[in-house]
Amino acid sequence: MSAPGAAAPIISASHVRVRYGDREVLHGITFDVLQGETMVVLGGSGSGKSTMLRALVGLEKPSSGEVRIKGVDIARAGARQMDAIRKRIGLSFQGGALIGSMTVGANIALPLLEHTALERSTIEVMVRIKLEQVGLSGFEHYSPSQLSGGMKKRAAFARAMALDPEILFFDEPSAGLDPITAAGIDDLILSLKKAYALSMVVVTHELASAFLIADRIILLDRGTIVAMGPAEEVKNSPHPRVRQFLDRVADSTQDDEVDHLRMYTEGIR
Amino acid sequence: MTEWVAEVGAATGRTVAYVGGLAEIFAKSLSLLFLSPLKRGRMLQRAVHEAMAAGVGAIPITSLITFFIGVIIALQGAYELQRLGAMQLVPSLVAISITRELGPLVTAIVVIGRSGSAFAAEIGTMRVTEELDALKTMALDPVAFLVVPKFLAMAVMLPSLAILADLMGVLGGALFGVFGGGFTFGGYMLATRDALLLRDITSGVVKSLVFGIVITAVGCQEGFSTGAGAEEVGRSTTSAVVVSILLVILIDLIFTALFYLARGGQ
Repeated sequence: MSAPGAAAPIISASHVRVRYGDREVLHGITFDVLQGETMVVLGGSGSGKSTMLRALVGLEKPSSGEVRIKGVDIARAGARQMDAIRKRIGLSFQGGALIGSMTVGANIALPLLEHTALERSTIEVMVRIKLEQVGLSGFEHYSPSQLSGGMKKRAAFARAMALDPEILFFDEPSAGLDPITAAGIDDLILSLKKAYALSMVVVTHELASAFLIADRIILLDRGTIVAMGPAEEVKNSPHPRVRQFLDRVADSTQDDEVDHLRMYTEGIR
Repeated sequence: MTEWVAEVGAATGRTVAYVGGLAEIFAKSLSLLFLSPLKRGRMLQRAVHEAMAAGVGAIPITSLITFFIGVIIALQGAYELQRLGAMQLVPSLVAISITRELGPLVTAIVVIGRSGSAFAAEIGTMRVTEELDALKTMALDPVAFLVVPKFLAMAVMLPSLAILADLMGVLGGALFGVFGGGFTFGGYMLATRDALLLRDITSGVVKSLVFGIVITAVGCQEGFSTGAGAEEVGRSTTSAVVVSILLVILIDLIFTALFYLARGGQ
């Protein structure tokens, strides 16, 4: 995918297939994310975009194909090698996934305490800096259950950034948030992008935020890539499925009937 | 008929796989205890934290229950022994049944209710809320991070609690001895000391060490195998308690039979 002379891909997925039981969710996906690029993965519910994210960070093992992060095939990497890669990436989960038994500050301090030899006082200062960056100064002693949904997401960003990663992954950063908080999160992602020149993969179904933050966009539909390219190009794509998604058109009933028939008759000979 | 046989076969297969899973989680924890790249000091710190919750927190309830059980055994024993005019055997009856059997067993059951269930609920909830995935992406192996400290804590705390339970049971017996059996406190304690062999206490302590390991393995395995959703957490908590009690009693039976046979079946 990379144009000649462009930066080397930091993530490269080729022909990735993922199945849950006998249901295949991703049908062979190939793309690269370049150094310093923000790649947004758009897709409807059940399009396989969260599964794709899980496959990229090694939480889901592809049934075939491979994912390389910084050139390392993560399915074949040993435990130590995988740990080394994971220390260089940050993942912000949809629901935050903050450790419920620890305070917000302890959550952000956790990777620093476990993976660095820094003094406790240094770590405390770093936690404050990270919280400040996401606009949560003064919340280090709160427990995650005391935070609102948007605050949890922001605290999760802070934790994902704790080790100053090279790659940040976001799962639905603005889903379920009011427009003002969602815009705040978009701003946050943009400022991170400017300040640290990180490579980012953002999975979302929010069109406005996707076009705001993306360098390139992938549109996933039913486990396959239907469009991929610079944000503007995807925006103007004539592909019917892309148009339908971007113009927010419901599936036509005819499509539905065909789907239904297929569903009812599947496996019958 | 063939269906029935197939059912039995499948159930046997599941049981073997389950026990294999327990052995696997224990073996993995044991190797991670020595080989994990996580910091040893932090691991011990978490183990102390777990020990406070699972062990120190269980002291009041374990003491109270085993104290009452001591009284009960003394009462029940005296009921029979009185007819034979053998009241002087009450201390030895209480001491033997508490140290060899009831102290470790009751302790294990209390700990299953307090901590085995809590392990399953904690890990199960963390699975449902993606916290386990979050740990993995932070290069913190959930077994090294969560399970190893629990094993360490339980392997130390359960034998300690069992010894405390032995003491409280004997004191319970003494309560009856002094107020209902015509003993002086000192006399009761002397009779207890004379009745006990070191072996009685060590066999109980060894058993409770094994109980601690089994309770932790079951609780954690149930937690990790939790499906999606809150009700699944409830299910795995319930089955952690049920399976732990069953396994603890089964192991108790095997141990007791072995100790019996080792002494030439006298």
